[in-house]
Order: sequence, then structure tokens, then C-alpha cells
Amino acid sequence: MDIFKNRRFIILGIFASFFVVFALHLFYIQIIDDSYEALANQNVIRNVTVYPNRGLIYDRNGMLIVENDATYEIFVIPKQVKDIDTALFCQLLAIEPQYFIDQMTKAKNYSRYVPSSFLKNLSVEQYASFQEHLYMFPGFYGDIRLVRKYPQHSAAHVLGYTGEISQKKLDAQSYYKSGDYIGISGLEATYEPFLRGHKGSKLILVDKFNREQGSFKDGIYDTAAISGHNLTVTLDIELQVYAEQLMQNKRGCVVAIEPSTGEILVMVSAPSYDPNLLTGRQRGNNYVMLQKDTLKPLFNRAISGGSYPPGSTFKSIMALMGLQEGTLQPYDVYPCFGGFRLGSHTVGCHDHVQLTDLSSAIQHSCNAYFCYVFKNIIDQSKFATSDEALAKWDSYLYSFGLGNKLGVDIPGENSGHVPTPKYYNNIYQKGHWKSSTIISLAIGQGELGITPLQMANMTCAIANRGYYFTPHFVKFIENDTTNFVKHYSGKNKTKVEQRYFDEVVEGLYQTVQAGTGRIAQIEGYEVCGKTGTVENPHGKDHSAFITFAPKVNPRIVVLAFVENSGFGATYAAPIASLVMEKYLNDTIAANRLFLEKRMIETDLIHPKVISSNEAP
Amino acid sequence: MRRRSLWADMDWLSVLLYALLVSVGWISIYAADFDGLRTGMFDLSTSHGKQILWVTVALVLAILIVIIDNKFYTTFAYLIYGLVMVMLVMIFFIGSEVKGNKSWFVLGGFSIQPSEFAKFATALAVAKYLSSQGANMKYWSTRFIVGAIILLPMMLILYQGDAGSALVFLSFVLVLYREGLSSWVLVGGGLFVALSLLSLAIDEKLYLVVGIVLVTTVIIYLLRKHIRIAMLVGAIAVSSIGYIYAVSYFFGKLKPHQKDRIEVVLGKLEDKKGAGYNLDQSKIAIGSGGFSGKGFLNGTQTKGNFVPEQTTDFIFCTVGEEHGFIGTMIVLGLFMALLARIIYISERQRSKFTRLYGYGVASILFFHIIINIGMTIGLVPVIGIPLPFLSYGGSSILSFTILLFILLKLDSDRLAVLR
Repeated sequence: MDIFKNRRFIILGIFASFFVVFALHLFYIQIIDDSYEALANQNVIRNVTVYPNRGLIYDRNGMLIVENDATYEIFVIPKQVKDIDTALFCQLLAIEPQYFIDQMTKAKNYSRYVPSSFLKNLSVEQYASFQEHLYMFPGFYGDIRLVRKYPQHSAAHVLGYTGEISQKKLDAQSYYKSGDYIGISGLEATYEPFLRGHKGSKLILVDKFNREQGSFKDGIYDTAAISGHNLTVTLDIELQVYAEQLMQNKRGCVVAIEPSTGEILVMVSAPSYDPNLLTGRQRGNNYVMLQKDTLKPLFNRAISGGSYPPGSTFKSIMALMGLQEGTLQPYDVYPCFGGFRLGSHTVGCHDHVQLTDLSSAIQHSCNAYFCYVFKNIIDQSKFATSDEALAKWDSYLYSFGLGNKLGVDIPGENSGHVPTPKYYNNIYQKGHWKSSTIISLAIGQGELGITPLQMANMTCAIANRGYYFTPHFVKFIENDTTNFVKHYSGKNKTKVEQRYFDEVVEGLYQTVQAGTGRIAQIEGYEVCGKTGTVENPHGKDHSAFITFAPKVNPRIVVLAFVENSGFGATYAAPIASLVMEKYLNDTIAANRLFLEKRMIETDLIHPKVISSNEAP
Repeated sequence: MRRRSLWADMDWLSVLLYALLVSVGWISIYAADFDGLRTGMFDLSTSHGKQILWVTVALVLAILIVIIDNKFYTTFAYLIYGLVMVMLVMIFFIGSEVKGNKSWFVLGGFSIQPSEFAKFATALAVAKYLSSQGANMKYWSTRFIVGAIILLPMMLILYQGDAGSALVFLSFVLVLYREGLSSWVLVGGGLFVALSLLSLAIDEKLYLVVGIVLVTTVIIYLLRKHIRIAMLVGAIAVSSIGYIYAVSYFFGKLKPHQKDRIEVVLGKLEDKKGAGYNLDQSKIAIGSGGFSGKGFLNGTQTKGNFVPEQTTDFIFCTVGEEHGFIGTMIVLGLFMALLARIIYISERQRSKFTRLYGYGVASILFFHIIINIGMTIGLVPVIGIPLPFLSYGGSSILSFTILLFILLKLDSDRLAVLR
């Protein structure tokens, strides 16, 4: 009766065939193909980078000058964001609505499921108030991030700054990942390998919203972050702050070095900036502001300013060369009738008393005297050509650390300029120049270019009577197995023998005792020094002063260089001597406080503005 | 006429399979719901807690179904059908929208989905009509009326926006086939689905056309002695080619997100975080289970909530991930055993009504199982319909319990029924 009864088998067959296909497919994806297992792990196991503490930096007296500050970074997972009070959100984070829109669009374009960075460098206080409302903003969460903090607000050029690694550097290596912080300038850049420490990693289980569910297999695959090495530097931060104060509202620099070690105690480049400006949220804006500033606060004049001629401070080197070459005797006297004339070449001189010997020539900074010294060196009969003579002259300069990079441990150093025979051959043609052509080199003018650090270092060589240590900032690196510091322990000898130095040092001593540098006298110390006034074709002359004390076994060398300020004795000498006094005595003598006040208050940058109200 | 205890002739094997499936479902819901904090089994704030409540309600309902006289179902088959159809219409006026589908009644704290109940109501109505005097699939009138009984709820549900539930009614084709619907319909249906998928999967339609022409030529050559059948095959081939172009034309008119879903299933689109997200994560969950699974409550995909709707439509993932190939085979085995048992039960009836109803039950369950599991393993597009007895949800567990227990009740009285 039921002719279709057999169709039950067809129906059962249809059922069974589907089940068999499913079973085979399940067999394939569950047993044969193991790629799903890898995908599942990729899903839930997040490899989280644990950032180490960056090494701290202390000054020579153990004072903390660079530390780490906790900030927060806000992340967003666009998929989870819904129904949030955008106005309140923007208000809590102090952002513009447009920023919110831009960041959300950026995040969405990147991925709707994967977190994107939304806002960086939120202070702990700001994050705290935001965190209270975090429950109202699904899809947002914060994560801690360490940034640099400079409690002394000082030494910006030396310390340098950190920032996110550039794409170019990123491509060249494998340790850093996009968004990692790296030292970009100053000590932060040089000692990056020590300061950075080593990143750790941990595997954590997360859910699809990236919420942590605990560590993977109780952390057996995790590696701890290793903190960076702490660094002790040679700076005397109190002295640095004081020098910066003296240099405020001026252009120029101050460099102080301990000559017996080459340790740099102070390096000021003015105008400077607070290093804290280049950390935190406003970093980008501040950087642009500093970069646009016509006074170039980001520029480290102390090592990068290669265009300064040394001026009269160079005369001591001239004298030392003459003595070493035997063309100058300490008791030599040359005529000075208000200058030096040779053919059409004239070098003017200022009024001074009758000279009696070399040290009185230094003391009174007689230009004519040193023109003769220079001419006698270059025109020696043992030299066949001017080329040969100048090459010899250059080699002396090189031995004093001029004309080449010194190798200080911060980037950006300029080599300065010591003119070579080839240089003059290019200008005048070979054989068409002689000592009189290049006579301005005698008094540290002309084509000479010396960085302030080189000038301070040259003074160290004089103070040490014939040698210097490469100037440097590193004093001690914690747990450093490579003993990096020893790179700076080698003596660099000058080509002038020790016995010739005493005459010159005596001249420098007399300069301060009774010459152009009298303002630099410090009670109880035999201070040596030399003023320099650097002719500046673009404006008012630069004022320079090199000094060291005590005369025997000197403890400190100071160079002050103040742009467009006139005579060396006006600003450079008082500033250098105040820094020196502060270092030697820890305090400024009562009778010199007026000087300190005047230096601090002097403003050489901002032109006086006469208010219209005061106008008659 | 024998009159024995209500329970004596109950098909206890089916009840056991039912109980096992519900248990597997509850364990999987517990695992999918588990958030690391152990809460009580009966915590009503959790899905597994609520599911216990629903299962209890379902059991009470099952007992009621068994207690009620079997004539109730035959007598009131049309009335039940009619009531559900009225509910489906009323939904347009007083229904509530849940997840984009306006297919729910919200009464107090409970929501009911009438489309779930339309399944057993339609099964009853189809059985009632086809077992009535004079109904025969030979006649166009019978075909037309039975078609209308099936298409009415289907269209109403489709109009609510719940395409998944509407498609379930296509499964009645198997019931009609058992009762004499031409094999051509089944073959035609298969051809229809195959051609649709192929024309979407293959961009260069010309290859498809060349393929059809080649196959047809071979078939016509083999059937050259039977001119009429050969001509029919030729006609089918021509209309198939036309159909292919029609499909690609209409596919072009679809909305982008609909296109995406189809293309992901066909493997033409790799979009792991977009339309393919559900599918991809669900496949990863099952695939990463391996042979014996990651262990109860140790599924990383499950724990991390990577698979959406995991207590409801994607419950099979939990089984696959935590219990592996063994788990999936047990669940497939239980379902296959239940379906085979239902066919066996249906065929042992003297009552045509019960047999028809039984086939209806088997077809509905089969369709749900194939679409749901097929979707979790990436063989079928994502169509949101629950896995019978396993998925979390009141309407789902209640409607499948009613569906099955009406059959078991009718079956337990098979010896009492003469007709």
C-alpha cells in the first residue's frame, strides 16, 4: 500500500551523507591541519614588552640629575567604543574634539579590534582623574610608560633628550620596535647602550578585547626586564646651574674642566632651555618652538660653534711655539708703535706700557709682539717654503687638540678650522702667500676656527704644562664590565716641552695680577688668565676669557665666551672668574657680590624697549 | 485494545538521547559562560543557571505533553497552527525587536519567539492535512495546499527579517518526498543549490558554461536511444546556464555586507576581522581542539570570548575546542542516532499522521543540525539558527522539546491507535 516506504532509506542516506562529510571535515581541521592551533595561540597569547627602567644619571657629587617619571598612555579598541560622552572625555583628557575625531579615525583605519595608541604622556594626576571615569568609556584603557625627568632643569645640551625612534634608525637594527624611546642627543644618545637596559617580555593570556586573563603557563616563558646602567657624570650640577644663571639673557658659552683629569665640570651654551620641555606631551610643540627660535637654543655652541676665532687667548700658544722652535726667547722685546706694519699688512694694537719681556707681552696682550713671534716662526730659514712652515705650525696646533674633533662623549662636535697650506694654496695659489699674508693668525684671527671646548682644552694643556686629557663627561658607569671610562684616561702630549710653559704661565698670572684680566682676581688663589676680544665682522665683538687656578697644580680651567659683548674683560672675565670662585670657595666673596648681581642681570639679547608712556 | 501505563510504551532510547544532548549542551554553556569565577550552578544571573530553569520548564512541559490525550494533537492540529499564524501576524503590531529581528513577544521579563513554535505547529498541520482522506501528493490540489501550509509561516517569518528560521521550512521537502513528491524536485533542488554556489564561487562564468555543455553532451550521447529524456536533459542544461547568469546578476544587487558574508564562505574573501570574524574564530576554536580537546574549562578561544554568540548559535565550538574530535564525534553520533531513531519510530506507526509528523520532526532537526554545525566549521554561510537541545535559550529548548515529545507521546500510543 505504501509504495514510497523505501524512500526512508534515501532520506536516511541523505542524513548520513551529510554527517559523513561533516565528520571528515572535522577530522581534517581537528587532527590533520594543525594551523588552527597556532592561530588560536596567536589569538590569546599576547607577547607584551616589559620596558626596563632607563639608567639614572648622577652628577660628580652624587646628585640626581636625570630620573624617570611615570606617565600614562591611553589606548583605544575602536570596536568596543560606544555611547560615550565625548565632551566629558575630551574635557578630562584636555584634548580638542578634533583630536578625538582624528585619533579615532586613525585607530579605526588601523584595526577595529586591535588596540591603537590614542594619547601619550598623560601625567599621573591627569590619568587619576580620567581613571575614575574609565568605566564610562568602554574601549579605552591606560598603560604606564616611563619618560625622562630632569629635576635640576639644567644642562639640557649635555644631557640631551630622548624620543621615539626614527624610521631610519628603526630599519637599521632589530632591537628597537616602533614607538620605543631612544636617546637622540647628548649623553642620552652616547650612552644609549648602557642607559637603555634590556627589554623583557611576558606572555599573557588575553580575551578578544585584549583584557588580561593572567600569565601564560604561569610565566615560564617570561623574561624580566633588566634596568639600564646608572651613569655618574663629571658635571658639577650646582656649578652648572650657577653658570647658566650667569649666562642668562646672553649668547655664548661657559666650559669648565678639571685639567688633571679632563673631566668637564660645566658646559653651558646660552641661550639654553629646560630639558623637561622635551619630555612629556608638549614635546612636539616645544621642539618646534625651540627649533624656530632665532637664538637657536637647541644649538650647543660649546662644541658645535666652530666659527669662532680664538682671539687673543691664542697668543699663549703662539708664544709656546716660538719658545719650542727657539725663535723666541723669554727676554725678547719687539717694537710696538701702535701696531705691526709689514708692507701693506697692518695689525693694529692698543695703548699699553713699554714691554719688558715675553710675559709682559702676554700681560698686555700686545698684537705687534705676537706678529713678530709668528713671522719669526714661519720665516725660519730651515723651511724651504711657506707650505712647509705652515704645516709645522699646524702640527703644533693639532697637538693642542685644535683643528680636529676632540672626541668628547656627546654627539655634534665640530672639528674647528686650522688652515692648512693647501687651504691657502687654493686661495692665493701656491707660492703666492707668505707669513705677512696670513699674519692675522698670529693673534688668533683670520681663518682660524676653534670651538669653545677646544679653547678650554687648550687652556688645560697650558695649565698642565704640556699635556691634556680628552675632555669628557663620563665618570662612572655602574656594572660596566667593558670599563668604558678608561678610554678617557690617556694623556695627550703637546709638541711643546714642559720647560717652556713657565714663562707663558707667568704671563697669564701677570695678566690677572696687573694686566687686562684684573677683574678675575680671587682672594687667596694665584689665578692665571687671558682675555680675548674676537673681532666680529657681523656686529659687536665677542668677548672671551680663559682662566685657570691655582697657578701650581691647577684644579680648574674655565672658559667664558660671550657673543657680541665687547672687550673680554667686560663680561667673559667676570663670568669665568665667578664660576671659578664658586668652585674653589663654594661661595662668592662679599666684595664681588655686586659683580655677580651685575652679570646675572645683564641682558644682551633683548633690546631695550622704551614704552610710549614714558616718552615726553 | 490495550491500555497500559502512560509511560510503558514510551521510547526510552529517544528520551535517553535527548537527555544526553541536553546535558552536553548544559556543560558546554557552563564552559562558554565560565569567567574564572565559580558561581553556583543555579545562579540565575548566568546563562547556565537560566538554562537549568529552562530545562526544568521543558521537562514539565514534556510531562504535560505525555499526559494530555493523543487525540488533542490530531484534533487541534489546525487550531494550533492557526493560533501560531495569528501570533506571527500580531508580531507586526505588538512585537519587539531583538538583535535586528522583529520576531519577539516580550512578556514581563521573558521574551518568546513565536517562529520557534511555528515549526511544530506546521509539522502538525502538514501531518494532519496529508493524512486526511483524499489528500495525495499525486494531485496538484494537494501539492498546492500543502505548499501553502508550509509557505505561509515561512513568508511571515522571512518578513520579520529572520531569514535563518524561515529557511528551516524548506526541510519539509523531505516529508513531502517521503509521501510521494517527485524525485525530480529533490534532484532539481540539489541542482539549484549546487548551481547557485558554483555561479557565485566561480568568477569566469564561461568555464561553468563550457563545463555544463560538455557534461550535457556526454549525457545526451549516452541517452541517445531515449530521445525524450535526452531532450529534457538538454532543456535543463539551457535553463541552468540562464540561471547562472541570473544569480550573478542578482548577487550584484545585494547589499555589500550580504555580499561579504557569501564571499567569505565561498573562500573568495579573506577578511578575518570583518564578515569572516565569527566564522574564522569559530573554525579556529574547533580546529585547535585537536583529538581530545583542551579540556573542560580550558578552551582559550572560549575563555577569551573570541567566538561571538558562543552560548547560543556557536555552542558547537565549545564542544570542539574543549573536547576535541572525540567530543564532536560524540555529538554528531548522538544526533545521527536520534535522527535514525526518529525515522525508525515514524516507520513503525500505523497512523499516517504520526508518521508524517515524525518525518517533520526529523527534517526540522536535520536542517538545524546541518546548518548550525556546517556554519561553525565553515561549510555553510553564517545563518543564525540554534543547535537543537544544545544551544542556550528558552524558546529554542522549549520548542525542540515540544517537537520531540509530541512525537514520543503519539508513538507511545501507537498500539492504541488503529487508524
